[in-house]
Parts: sequence; C-alpha cells; structure tokens
Amino acid sequence: MVEFTLWDILRNLALAARWTVVLSLIAFLGGGVVGAALLVLRLSPSRIGRALVEGYVELFQGTPLLVQLFLAYFGIALLGLNTSAWTAATLALTLYTSAFLVEIWRGCVEAVPRGQWEAGTSLALSFSENLRYVVLPQALTIAIAPTVGFLVQVIKGTALASVIGFVELTKAGSMVTNATFRPFVVYSCVGLFYFVLCYPISLVAKNLERKLHAAHR
Amino acid sequence: MTVELDFGAVLASWPLLLVGVAWTLGLTAVSAVLGVLTGIAFAWARSEGPVLLQTVVGAYVELIRNTPFIVQLFFIFFGLPAAGFRLSPEVASVIAMVVNLSAYATEIVRAGIEATPRGQREAAISLALSPTQTFVYVVTPPALARIWPALVSQIIIVMLGSAVCGQISVPELTFATSLIQSRNFRSFEAFIIVAAIYLVLAFTVRRLLRWAGPRFVFGR
Repeated sequence: MVEFTLWDILRNLALAARWTVVLSLIAFLGGGVVGAALLVLRLSPSRIGRALVEGYVELFQGTPLLVQLFLAYFGIALLGLNTSAWTAATLALTLYTSAFLVEIWRGCVEAVPRGQWEAGTSLALSFSENLRYVVLPQALTIAIAPTVGFLVQVIKGTALASVIGFVELTKAGSMVTNATFRPFVVYSCVGLFYFVLCYPISLVAKNLERKLHAAHR
Repeated sequence: MTVELDFGAVLASWPLLLVGVAWTLGLTAVSAVLGVLTGIAFAWARSEGPVLLQTVVGAYVELIRNTPFIVQLFFIFFGLPAAGFRLSPEVASVIAMVVNLSAYATEIVRAGIEATPRGQREAAISLALSPTQTFVYVVTPPALARIWPALVSQIIIVMLGSAVCGQISVPELTFATSLIQSRNFRSFEAFIIVAAIYLVLAFTVRRLLRWAGPRFVFGR
C-alpha cells in the first residue's frame, strides 16, 4: 500500500494548478480580444449592433457558468467535431469572460465625459478615430483596476471546468481525495492554492483603484 | 450532416424541471435571507466591532472571496465529515451559499454603512439612542437602500452559482437537467432549455427583489 504524505498531495495539486493558470490566461486573453471587438460594436452608432451585444451580455450574465460549459461541451459535439474538455472549457470561459469584460469596459468608456466625444466629433474625427485617439486612452486608465479584479473571477470560474472533466486544481483535488481518503486536508490545500493565486491579484486591483482615486481627487 | 434538435423530448419531463426550479428558488431564498443577515452582522463587526473581531471578519471575507464556490462546497460536504460534521447535501449547499453570500454582502453593506453621513449618527446619539439602536434604526436602513441594487445582483450570482450544488446531488435545476439528458441523450437541447429557464429566473428574481426592497426590507 502506498502512503500519501502531505508533500505528495501538495505536489500533485501544484502540478494541476499549472492548468488552472493556463486556462485562466487563455480565457482572460481570449475574452479580452472578443470583449474588445464587442465593445466597439456596443459603442458604435448601429442600433442593431448595440442590441445584439446587450443580449449577449444578458445571456452570459443571466445563466450559470456551469450550464454554459455544458452547452459548449455538448454543442461542439453536435457540430460533429471531436470535443475535448480543453476546447469546451476554453470556448465557454472565453465567451463568459468577454461578456463581463465588455460590460466593465462599457462602464469605463461611459465614465469619460460626454464632452470629449463631442469635442472629437466637432473636430471632424470619425467614430473610429474618436474612439482610438480621444476616448479609449482616457477610458483605459479607469479600466485597469476593475479588469485586473475580474481576473480573480476568471480564475475562480475555471474551477467549474472540473465538472466537464478538465483536470485542473479542483478536479485534481477530487482525484487526490479519491486516492488518499483525506478530503479535509486535500480541499483545504485546494482552497489555499486558489487563495495564493487570487489574493495577490485582489490586492493589486485594490491598490490600483486607490491610486486612481487619489489621482482623481 | 444535419443536426436535428428535439426539445419535446426534454420538455416531456417538465415535472422534474419544475421540482428543480422549486429547489433552486428555495435554496436561493433561504440563503439570501441568512446570507444578508450574516452580512449585516459582519459589516457591523468589521466597521464598529472590537479590533480582533475586525481582523477575523476581514480574513474571513478575503478567504471566501478569493476561493471558488465549488471548492467551498466540496470542503463543506466532503471535507467536514472527516472532521466529524456529517451534513446532508441540501444542508451543505445552504451553508456553502450562506457562507459565500455573507462574505460578499459584508463588503457591500460595509460600503453602504461608510457612506452614511456622520451627522446622522451624531443626531442619533444626541437623541440618547444606544449604539445598537443607532446601528439598527439609523445607520442600516439608508445604508441598505443605497446598496440594494448591488446586493440584489450578488443574490442573483449566488442563485446562478447554486447550479454547482447538483454536483453533490441536490435535486436543483441543473441536477434535474443532467438527469433528463442521461435518460434521453438530448443533452444540448436539455441545457438550452435550462439556460432559458435560468434567464427567466434571474430576470424575475431581480425584478421581485428590486420591488420588495423598498417595501419590506428598508422601509421608507
């Protein structure tokens, strides 16, 4: 019989934590790209574009991430493609992240005074020029803190990918529990790992926010 | 290749879905009440309590907010029995949801309390109200009114999070869906339908709470 020491548990969880980090980064970057595209559509003068993005956001913020993961998992299979937990988790988390980021960023763009848009327009800047040179640079400073803060939500969200069989920290926790029969220790360690990943990011976000507020005062 | 979708096969099991909706709403209602009350108590502890209590509650809030709900649930359901607390899946789910919501509610309510003007507190003290009376009757109601929308959003997030409770076999909505799709293999259709149900629930619960807040929770 093999004995599992605390070191064995920690080592195995650490190995799996890599995949939590990788999945979080992919979802965050992918979500950022999709979110940016949606943001342009959301801010554009096109009424249909705006309504579409609003519906998209409602859809992803009004349903559980778990259901979105299942939908991606079974939906990709329905298209006749070979589904892996990887593709399903990446797809679902990317779309989920984009829906939240576009809403966060929209708030930041709206925090830029209306007069800035109007000044840009009166200088005969087109919509895209206005966005690129006048509004976005200002919105970007406001956006940094909440965007960093949302990364914590993404990391925590990846825990749900364990349900569709993606082996990351939480799934590894279940597997190690099944091997060691020490759920109390294992899940404490899993929680600790997440805390170590997320807490520094939360702190950075909080500091950024404070700094920004100080600058505005 | 054509894909045929058959929603009828899923909708035929509507009684199961209905039971799932009832469980999801029930879990949400119980944990919303307990979670918000705990959150108010913790917010008091964090802003006015003794220093030691402030530190403990602060650590609790950070610990819960920086770990995923599913891990909290698994810790309570699988981990605690090893330490001698055996819980049914339903009780474990409610505890996990209350713990989760209370941590967020603490921060939300605290923001509302800190935004209450000093003068109101001073007025209450000058009218010889005790610190407890001041907190309950003077500070809390306008604080809740101020942060109610944020609190409602958090309750919705917890409701959507309860989808995870199906993983420990609580018969809530997502669990019901998994059961249905395991019987008729209409997985995609089943989850499309349940997503639509969650959308309706989120919309309705938000409307209901926004309506109920000023009438029953913080008065006028």
